[in-house]
Amino acid sequence: MVDLTSSRYVEGPRGPKPRRSFSRANIFLYGTLIVVSVYYLLPLYVMVVTSLKGMPEIRTGNIFSPPLEITFQPWVKAWAQACTGINCDGLSRGFWNSVKILIPSIVLSIAVASVNGYALARWKFKGSEVFFTILIVGAFIPYQTMLYPLVIILREIGLMGDLSGLVLVHTIFGMPILTLLFRNYFASIPEDLHKAARVDGAGFWSIYFRIMLPMSLPIFVVAIILQVTGIWNDFLFGVIYTKPETYPMTVQLNNIVNSVQGVKEYNVNMAATLLTGLVPLVIYFVSGKLFVRGIAAGAVKG
Amino acid sequence: MADLSSYEPRGSKRAKRPVSLFRNLSAKIASIPMILTALVVFVGGTAWTVVHSFTSSKLLPKLNFVGLDQYERLWTTRRWLVSIENLALYGILSLVFTLVIGFTLAALLDRKIRGENIFRTIFLYPFALSFIVTGLAWQWILNPDLGMQHVVRGLGWESFTFNPLNDPDIVIYGILIAGLWQGTGLIMVIMLAGLRGIDEDIWKAARVDGIGTIKTYIVVIIPMMRPVFVTALVLIMSGIIKLYDLVVALTNGGPGIASEVPAKYVIQYMFRAQNLGQGFAASTMMLVSVAIILIPWAYLEFGGRKRG
Repeated sequence: MVDLTSSRYVEGPRGPKPRRSFSRANIFLYGTLIVVSVYYLLPLYVMVVTSLKGMPEIRTGNIFSPPLEITFQPWVKAWAQACTGINCDGLSRGFWNSVKILIPSIVLSIAVASVNGYALARWKFKGSEVFFTILIVGAFIPYQTMLYPLVIILREIGLMGDLSGLVLVHTIFGMPILTLLFRNYFASIPEDLHKAARVDGAGFWSIYFRIMLPMSLPIFVVAIILQVTGIWNDFLFGVIYTKPETYPMTVQLNNIVNSVQGVKEYNVNMAATLLTGLVPLVIYFVSGKLFVRGIAAGAVKG
Repeated sequence: MADLSSYEPRGSKRAKRPVSLFRNLSAKIASIPMILTALVVFVGGTAWTVVHSFTSSKLLPKLNFVGLDQYERLWTTRRWLVSIENLALYGILSLVFTLVIGFTLAALLDRKIRGENIFRTIFLYPFALSFIVTGLAWQWILNPDLGMQHVVRGLGWESFTFNPLNDPDIVIYGILIAGLWQGTGLIMVIMLAGLRGIDEDIWKAARVDGIGTIKTYIVVIIPMMRPVFVTALVLIMSGIIKLYDLVVALTNGGPGIASEVPAKYVIQYMFRAQNLGQGFAASTMMLVSVAIILIPWAYLEFGGRKRG
């Protein structure tokens, strides 16, 4: 085998063997990919079709079959009428709570982390690397060891159970990864630029706002994507640092679907689940490559 | 460097070095959030929890030390032992399957195929969804009365039984299926980035030597991707220890306590059962297990590099 190919290679200018697109290897390759794709797509498909069926059809039919009669009633009910405990105003409350948590959390965490990252990249001071190392190591500490001390801190400053308390928690736990992201990005901007600005008399803040910020739009987009999905999908902090009126969407969703009272309405549950997943899914499909870049940035040098 | 600083009058600087605390003052002020987070929350919070794990705190944290009592109780509580067992089983299976599936998918996508973007988008989208959404979706698919089992039985295979969510013996596999669905895409993307970083010439050389494709992957490519595998390993493992939301959404620890996990045990004792000491002891054990995983890795990654 070895001799055969190599001698042919030496012998003559025959060129590479033209590849047929329907070779056995290709059929195997695409076949595997398609089968695996079905496994990945199945839950989304099942959620969508279930949420569009009426309950009688669900009880008698097959979860994989498309709806015979499309109804949007489950979506309406999930959004506006589904019950958690005594409240029956649907997931809309959780949605708006999540929005109220998300927007300030993103602004605050990115503002803090970008300035931190900038200071670490360009304005090192004695001990800055030590704090940064603690921060990065801290990212690996299980949240469970820091949950209760944070309860005490939030109680002391009067933010326990309040949405702004949760914003603070998201800012704290988003800090390691975002600071790393920004530090690495700012460090990659040529230092000459920074030096030239300093010769011209620019200080810490004016370099940040007038040189670094305008140059780093892509990394801000990556950070926003990272934070939107991370904060929207959070459950642990939401369940611990808020109270029922301020529950974020994921917590409320879990309470609606896994409540033991009443008849299970699978179509409403699936509509509610899809509604909760919609925000990160839209971000994912719209942002495409940037999403991948965000998680790769977060992952590879974690 | 200091001469250029615009925060101090230039004259005084020539005379004597400025007090070091005020040098670079803006950067220090800007770093206050980071310093507070690092020292108060990460170091302080962790130390606080560890210290209080040696106390008999119940409803409120108190400093009445009882030595290792909480740990003794922890390791004789069945719920904790089940949690550890579940996490070990889930962890090993999740690690192996995530690495194998992630690498295989990445390798398939790296074969210069058509529609690579479409396949990658499909494999990665679950990663954008929360564990709660993942858990609820799979809870519905695995529903014994109306879900997959029902459909297969309807096709004529009457005795088909796959009901992991209500069977204590296999419930952890139900969680595994959902967990793999959510998390393999991430590892695939990381592996794909690693494969793209491999020089084309390596493949040419392997082809010239007549080494088959699969053998090339195993013998040449995988050893070359060691750093990527290490990253993937650390990511998967830190994800495994955090395992909480998925279990809450999918089974809430049931049936009985068959699918309990350590993170859930901690929350249960800290915030539901009003037994803070137990919760602190359990979370300290989680911290210890993370340290056992991370310290050798950090030593290999950073300790070696400094000396070398």
